[in-house]
Amino acid sequence: MLGSIIASGLAAGAIYALVGITYNTMFSTSRVMSFTAGQLAMLGGVFGSLFMLKMGMPTLVGFALTLIACAIIGVITEFVAVRPVLKSLEQHLYVLSTLALALMIQQVTAIKWGTEPQPFPRIVGLGTGVWDEKFWLPVVACGLTILGLEYLYRRTLVGHAFMAIAEDNFAARALGLPERNLRVASYALAGVIGGVAGFAGGELMLAFFANGALLNFYGFVPVALGGLGNNRGALIGGLALGLFQQAANFLVGGIFSSVAVFAIFIIVLLAAPQGLFGSATARRV
Amino acid sequence: MTAITDIPTSRETTTKHSVLPALLPFLGVFALAMILPFVSNDYWALIGTRAAIYWVLVAGLNLVVGFAGHLAIGYVALLTLGAYTTSVLAAGNVLPPVPIYGALMIASCVGAVFGVIVGLPAMRLRTFYFAMTTLGFATIVTQIALAWQSVTGGGIGIVGPEFSAPFNTPWGFYYLCIGFAAVATWLSANIAYSRFGRALIAIRDADVAAEATGISKPKLLVSIFLLAGAMAAFAGGLFASLQTYITPDAFTFDLSVLFFIAILIGGRGSILGPMLGTIILTILPEIAAPLAAWSTFLYAVLLLLIVLVMPGGIAALLDFKNRRPLASNRAIVPRIAGLSDVLRKTATTKTLTLRDVVLTFGNVRAIDGLDLDVKPGQIHGLIGPNGSGKTTTLNVISGYYAAKGGTITLGDDALPPGMPELRAGKGIARTFQTPRVIGEASVLENVMVGGTIEGEATFAEALLSLPRHHRDERKLAAQARAMLGVVGLEALADVRADRLQHSELRFIEIARALMLQPDFLLLDEPAAGLSSDEITRLGALIKAISRRGTGVLLVEHHADLIFDICDQVTVLNLGKILAAGTPAEIRVHKEVVSAYLGG
Repeated sequence: MLGSIIASGLAAGAIYALVGITYNTMFSTSRVMSFTAGQLAMLGGVFGSLFMLKMGMPTLVGFALTLIACAIIGVITEFVAVRPVLKSLEQHLYVLSTLALALMIQQVTAIKWGTEPQPFPRIVGLGTGVWDEKFWLPVVACGLTILGLEYLYRRTLVGHAFMAIAEDNFAARALGLPERNLRVASYALAGVIGGVAGFAGGELMLAFFANGALLNFYGFVPVALGGLGNNRGALIGGLALGLFQQAANFLVGGIFSSVAVFAIFIIVLLAAPQGLFGSATARRV
Repeated sequence: MTAITDIPTSRETTTKHSVLPALLPFLGVFALAMILPFVSNDYWALIGTRAAIYWVLVAGLNLVVGFAGHLAIGYVALLTLGAYTTSVLAAGNVLPPVPIYGALMIASCVGAVFGVIVGLPAMRLRTFYFAMTTLGFATIVTQIALAWQSVTGGGIGIVGPEFSAPFNTPWGFYYLCIGFAAVATWLSANIAYSRFGRALIAIRDADVAAEATGISKPKLLVSIFLLAGAMAAFAGGLFASLQTYITPDAFTFDLSVLFFIAILIGGRGSILGPMLGTIILTILPEIAAPLAAWSTFLYAVLLLLIVLVMPGGIAALLDFKNRRPLASNRAIVPRIAGLSDVLRKTATTKTLTLRDVVLTFGNVRAIDGLDLDVKPGQIHGLIGPNGSGKTTTLNVISGYYAAKGGTITLGDDALPPGMPELRAGKGIARTFQTPRVIGEASVLENVMVGGTIEGEATFAEALLSLPRHHRDERKLAAQARAMLGVVGLEALADVRADRLQHSELRFIEIARALMLQPDFLLLDEPAAGLSSDEITRLGALIKAISRRGTGVLLVEHHADLIFDICDQVTVLNLGKILAAGTPAEIRVHKEVVSAYLGG
C-alpha cells in the first residue's frame, strides 16, 4: 500500500507541478495567471491519444506533434487573451479573457473529442505494479523539464532575457529586449510544458476533456503554496500535494482528501498570502 | 463661466421622480413574467421557472461580481450544495424529514456559511485567487456529491423536494419562483443602493480610498458572501425541486459560466443588466436548438467579446443619461459661504503629533526622525523636493505604512501603526496625490462614500429597507449634495465621475473627505493640475475649512499657495526636517531657498 501511495502520489504530484510550472512560465513574462494552463495539460493527453491511437502515428511523431499543437495553443492564448488586456492589468480583465479561452478550448474538446475519458497508449512498455510507466513517466518528465528549464534560464541568452523580463519588464524593454517576442516565446514554451504534463500523465489521467478544469485547480494549488513565479516552490508544492492527496485517498477515502486539499489551500492562502516560498511585495499608495 | 449657479431648487422632487423611471424596466419584466402563462405552454413554464431560479442566485452573485468586483466563477457549487441539502433534508434519508420550507431555510444557512468560507481568500488576495478557490470548491463539491453515496445517492442521485399545492403544478411553481425572484431583486437592490453597495464599489475601484473613509473590507465582504451564499443555496433548493431528481451531472460547470457571464453581459454595478443577461442566456439555447450543444462555447465567445469590446455590458448601452455631452467650459466655483452649514465646527483641542517618526524601505530611510504638530484650526504646510518623504508622511499618518519608530498621537491617544481603516473613525480624512474616485459611480455617490461610517443602519436593516436605513440615505444624500455645492460641483452631481476633468476630481476628493466632518484633513497636492484661478479658490476653500476648527496638513509644490494660506510650514529633505516655522521665516530660510525654492 505504501508503495502505491508513493507511486501514484509522486505521479500525480509531478503532473500538478508541471501544470504549476506552466502557470509560472506564462506569469513570468506577462504577470498573467492564465486559466489555459490546465487546459494545455488536458490537450497534451487528448492530442497524444488522437495522434497515436486514432491516427496510428509512431510515438515520437505523436509526441512531437502534440508538443507543437500545444505550443500553438499557447501562442494563441497570448494573442487572443493576453495581449489585448495587458494594458489594463489593474482590472484583472485577464482572468476573464483567459477563462473565456479556456472554456472555448474545453467545449470544443468536449464536442469534437467526446465527453467520455478515452484511453492513452502505452509509450515505453516498461514496468509493472508500482513501477508501471504510468507512475514513473510523469516523474521523469517533470525532472527532465525542470533540468531543461534550469539550463535554459541559467545557461542560454534567451533564458537570461526571460529572467530579465520576469525581474523588471520596463528595465528589460529599456535595454532593448524584444519584450513582445519573448512573451510569445514564453507562451509557446508554456504550451510545450503543459503538453509534456498531459502527454506524460496520459496513461494515468486518460484523454479526458474534464481534466482541464481539474488540473487548473490542482496545478494552481502548488503555485499558490510555493509563491507566484517560483518554480522550485511549484515542484515541492506539487509533489507534496500529490502525496498528501493520494495518502488521504487510500487511508480515509476520496471525500476527505478533496476536502482536506481544499481546506489546506485556503488556510495557507490566509496564513501566507505570498506563498510559503514567495516574497512579499507592497506599495499601494 | 457656465450654469453652475442655477442650482435646482426642487432638489427633493427630482430625487423622488428619478425612482420611478429606474423602476419601470423591472415592472415591465415582472409584467411580462406574469403574462407568460397566458400566452405559452408548459415548456415555457419550465424555462421561465429556470430563469427565475437562476436569477435568485445571480441577484446575490451580482453583488459579489458586479459590485464588489470579485470574480466568483464557481458559484454552481453553492447551487449544488443548496440543492443537495434541501433534497436530503426533505427526503429524510439521513435525519427525520424536514418540511420543505424549513429545508430551504437550513440550506440557505449552510450556503451562507460556505459562501464565506469560499470567499475568505478574497479578503486578502488578488482576484485570481478568489476565482481559483471558487473553481476549486466547484470541483470538490461535485466529487463529494459523487462519492458520498449514503447521503447524496452518488451517481444515481436523489429525489428533489416537492412543494405542496398550489405550487406543485408547473405554473404554480413558476409563480412561486417568480415571487422569490422578485424578493431577490428587492433584497439585492436594497443593498446595491445603500451605503453598503457604494462601499462595495469603492472597494472594487478605489480600495485605498475606501480604507481611508473607514470602510472595513473584511466585514463588508463577509456580509455580502453570507447573503450571496444564502441566495445561491436557496436557488439550489428550488432548482432541485424543478429537476424533481438530481444527480451530480445536473450541476455542470456550464451553469457557473452562465451565472457569471450573465452578470458581465449585464454590466458591472447594475441590477437590470444582469437580470436581462440571465433571461437572455437562459432563453438563448432554447430558441436556437441546434446551438444548445455549443451554448457554453457561445457564452465563452460572448465573455471574450465583452472583455475586449464592450466592458460596460448591457447597462452601459442603456445608460442614456451619461451620453449627454457635458458643458465643455465648466469652471469650479466653490461657494465657501455655505461651508458653515455643512461642516460642523470642530470642537477638538487635540493636536496631531508626530515624534521622531522613522520609516525605512530596505536601506532607504524615507522618513528619518520626523517631528510634526498639526494643530486644530491651523493649516500646516509640508513641502520639499520630490522624494523628500511628504506623501510618505501622510501615508504613515493615515496608516498605509506602519512607522518603524517614533509615535503618532492624537491628543493623548496613540494612533495604532498601520490599520488605515481605523483613521476615519478617529476623525482623520485625506485626499490622494492621484485622485482616487470611483469612475463608474456618480459624483454624488462618490461623495456619499465619504460618509459611510456615519450611517447608523446595519446591513440587515439596509437589506430589508427599514426606516433607519432610509433616514441614513436621505441624510447622506442631502449632506453630499450640500458638500458638492460648497466645492462648486453641484451641477455635476449625477454625472459619472470618470467623465470629469482632473481638477474636478480633486474637488470631489475634498468633498468626500469633508463628509467625515474630520478633525484633521490631510491634503496630498490638491493644487496639482489646477489652473491658477482654481488654485486661488482652492486656497480660500482650505482656509475656510481650517477656520471651522479642522486641522489641515497640506502637502504641496505650489509655494505661493503654501505661503499664502499656511500657519506653519515644515520643509522636508531626504526624510529629515530641513526647516520649520512660519511662512515668513521659511521664505527667507537660506537652506530652503537654495535647496528647494530657488533663489
